[in-house]
Amino acid sequence: MLYREALNRAIDETMAIDSNIVVLGEDIGRYGGSYRVTEGLFAKYGEKRLMDTPIAEMSIVGNAIGMAIGGLRPIAELMTVNFALLAFDQIINHMAKLHYMSAGKITLPMVVRFPQGVSKQLASQHSESYEQMLASVPGLIVLAVSDVNYAYHALKKAILMDDPVIVIEHELLYNKKGNVDFDRDIDPLKARIVKEGDDITIVSYLKMVDDVMEAVPQIEEKLGKQCEVIDLCALNPIDYQTLALSLKKTGRLVVVEEDHKKGGFGSQVISWAVEELFYTLDASPLRIAGEDVPIPYNRKLELASIPTPDKIVARIVTWGEQNGL
Amino acid sequence: MNKLLAEEIYYLMVLGRKFEFSAKEHYMKGDISGFLHLDIGQEALSVSAMKAFDRGDVFSGYRVHVMAIARGLSPKSVMAELFGKATGVSRGKGGSMHLYDPSHFFYGGDAIVGGHLPNAVGCAYARKYQGSEEGVMAIFGDGATNCGAFFESLNIASAQNLPLLFLCENNGYAIGTKITSVTPFLKQSKKAEPYMRTMEVDGMDAVAVYDALKEAQKSLHDGHGPIFVEAFTCRYEGHSMSDPGSYRTQLEMQICKSQDPIDRMKKVLIEQYQVDTASLETLEDRAERAVEEAVDFALASPEPDEAELYQNIFCQGCANVIS
Ligand SMILES: Cc1ncc(C[n+]2csc(CCOP(=O)(O)OP(=O)(O)O)c2C)c(N)n1
Ligand SMILES: [Mg+2]
Repeated sequence: MLYREALNRAIDETMAIDSNIVVLGEDIGRYGGSYRVTEGLFAKYGEKRLMDTPIAEMSIVGNAIGMAIGGLRPIAELMTVNFALLAFDQIINHMAKLHYMSAGKITLPMVVRFPQGVSKQLASQHSESYEQMLASVPGLIVLAVSDVNYAYHALKKAILMDDPVIVIEHELLYNKKGNVDFDRDIDPLKARIVKEGDDITIVSYLKMVDDVMEAVPQIEEKLGKQCEVIDLCALNPIDYQTLALSLKKTGRLVVVEEDHKKGGFGSQVISWAVEELFYTLDASPLRIAGEDVPIPYNRKLELASIPTPDKIVARIVTWGEQNGL
Repeated sequence: MNKLLAEEIYYLMVLGRKFEFSAKEHYMKGDISGFLHLDIGQEALSVSAMKAFDRGDVFSGYRVHVMAIARGLSPKSVMAELFGKATGVSRGKGGSMHLYDPSHFFYGGDAIVGGHLPNAVGCAYARKYQGSEEGVMAIFGDGATNCGAFFESLNIASAQNLPLLFLCENNGYAIGTKITSVTPFLKQSKKAEPYMRTMEVDGMDAVAVYDALKEAQKSLHDGHGPIFVEAFTCRYEGHSMSDPGSYRTQLEMQICKSQDPIDRMKKVLIEQYQVDTASLETLEDRAERAVEEAVDFALASPEPDEAELYQNIFCQGCANVIS
C-alpha cells in the first residue's frame, strides 16, 4: 500500500463509521486532492461531506474550528505548510487555545493535515518545514508521518481524538510503499524504533528517517558500531520515555532533521537530553539539520541546503571518530 | 495601435508560445524541474498587458514566463532560470515561478496565491506618495479573487484612492476547481464593483486587451483611483506539468481553442494592417530563432556556484550589513 493510500483509507474508514466526519480544503473533492489523498471519497460521500473550498487557508482552518464547535469532526487539508502559514492565526490563536481559555468547556475534535519539506526543485515558497513553530504551541498535538503503517493508524486515531491534531506529512513520501498491519493498533503518540542497536541513538522524523536508514549500513560499517534509529512520530507531546531508554543503552545521541538548524525542532531533543540525561551521555550530541537559507531552486543548491544520506554518513562518521568511536 | 506595435505584439505572442512549448519539451527531458506553469492560450493577455501598461510597476504570479519576456527580460535569461543556471534571471535560485527584474519594474514572480496583492497596494501607495503618475498593475487569476488578501487589497486601494490596476485573468479554473463551484460569481469583477470602476474584456483578443488596459491606465493617470479589469481567457494545458487537466471536457477545450489568440492576431495583421505572408513568416522565424538561442544559452550556461547558497540572505554592501 502507498502512503497516500494509507491516509486515504484512514479517512475513508472513519468517515464510514461516523457521519460527523467531514473533509474540507482546496481541490480535495471533485479533483481528489493535489496529492490524491482524498481520491474517490467525493464519489462515495458527496459534496456535503467533502467541501471544496476556494483558496482561503485562513477560512479553511477557521471554518473547521467552527464546524468542530458545532458538533462535527472536520479534517482540514492544506496543500502545503507554505500556504498553511496563512492559517497560522487560526491554528495558534484559536485552534490551540479555545479549550484552555474556556477552561475545558470547548473541545475541538479536528485534524489539520498538510505536507511540508523539500520536494524536487519547488523553490523556497513551496519547500519549507515549520514543525518547530507548531510543536512549540501548547494545546496542539503534532504528529509527523514518515511511515505507511503509522500513516494509517495515526491518522485514524487523530480523527477520532477529541483534541486538535496537526498531522504533518512529507511531499516526497506520498508514493512510498509499505505494509499496514491492520490487526495491531498503535499509540500515535509513541516513538517508533525503526531499527535497534546498542551504540548510537539516531533520532529523526518525517522523510529524514528514510535518509537515515539509507545511511546506517555505511555508518555501521565505517565505525564498527550499531545504530538505533528512532522515528519520533509525535513532535508534541514528545515520547521522552522511549528516547531515554535508548540513550541509557547507547549513551550517544544524533538528531537528524530537514528544517533550518537555527531554532529547529532537533534543538529541543538535544536540550532535553543535556538537561535530563547529561551524565548518561558519553559524547556531545550531534545535530544534522538543514542550512539556514531559503530553499533554492537549482537542484545542486537545493541538495546542498538539506541533509542527504551521504552527508549523514560523513557527519556521523567524523563525529564518531572525534568522539573515540 | 500602429502597425509596428501590432507586429511586435504578434511576434511576442508567437515567441511566448514557442518558448512555452520548448519549456514543456525540456521539462520532459529533465532539464527543467519543479512546478512549471505554462501560459499557452493566454498569450494575448500576457503580452498586451505588458505592452499597454508599459511604464508602471507590475506584480504578478507564477505563470509568468511570457509576461517577463514581453516586459523586456531576455528569453535567454528566463530560459536559463528555468534550467536553474547561474545565468538565469534569479541566478538559478528562483526557477520558473520566481522571475524578477526591478530594472523593468517587474516584481514577478510570486507563488503564494494572492500574496502579491498587498505588496502591489503598498507599491501604489509609494508611487502616489512620490507623485508618480505611472501607477501599479497587479495580475492574478480568478482563484486569487477568493483570497482574503484580495478583498483587503480592494478595500485599502479604494480607501486610499491608489493608482492600482487590478488585472484578473479569469480562465475559469484554480487548478482543478471550477471557479463557480467555490464562488457565486461567474464574473469576478462583481467582487470589485462596490469599491471601484470595473471593466471586462475578451482576453483572447490582443487588441481588445491592449485598448482596455490603455483606457484603464489613463484612468489611473487621471487620478480616478483603482480600477479592476477582468479578462476572460483559457489555459490550454493543465495547471502545471503535474496536472493533466482532465477535469475539462473536450468540447470545452474545443470551444476555447477556436478563439486562439495567435490565430486571431494573425488575422488582424493580415486584414487590418495588410501584412503579407512573407512578413509574417519572417516574424515567426525570428521568434523560433530566439527560442532556439535561449535554449542553447541555457544548456551552455554553468550551474550556480555552491557559494551562491549563502548569498543574498541579507543585503551585502547595504546599510546595516549582517555578514
Ligand atoms: C496561498 C496559496 N494557496 C494555494 C496555492 C496552490 N495553488 C497554486 S496555483 C492555485 C490556483 C490558482 O488559480 P488562479 O488564481 O485562478 O490562477 P491560474 O493558475 O488559473 O492562472 C493554487 C490553489 C498557492 N500557491 N498559494
Ligand atoms: Mg484561474
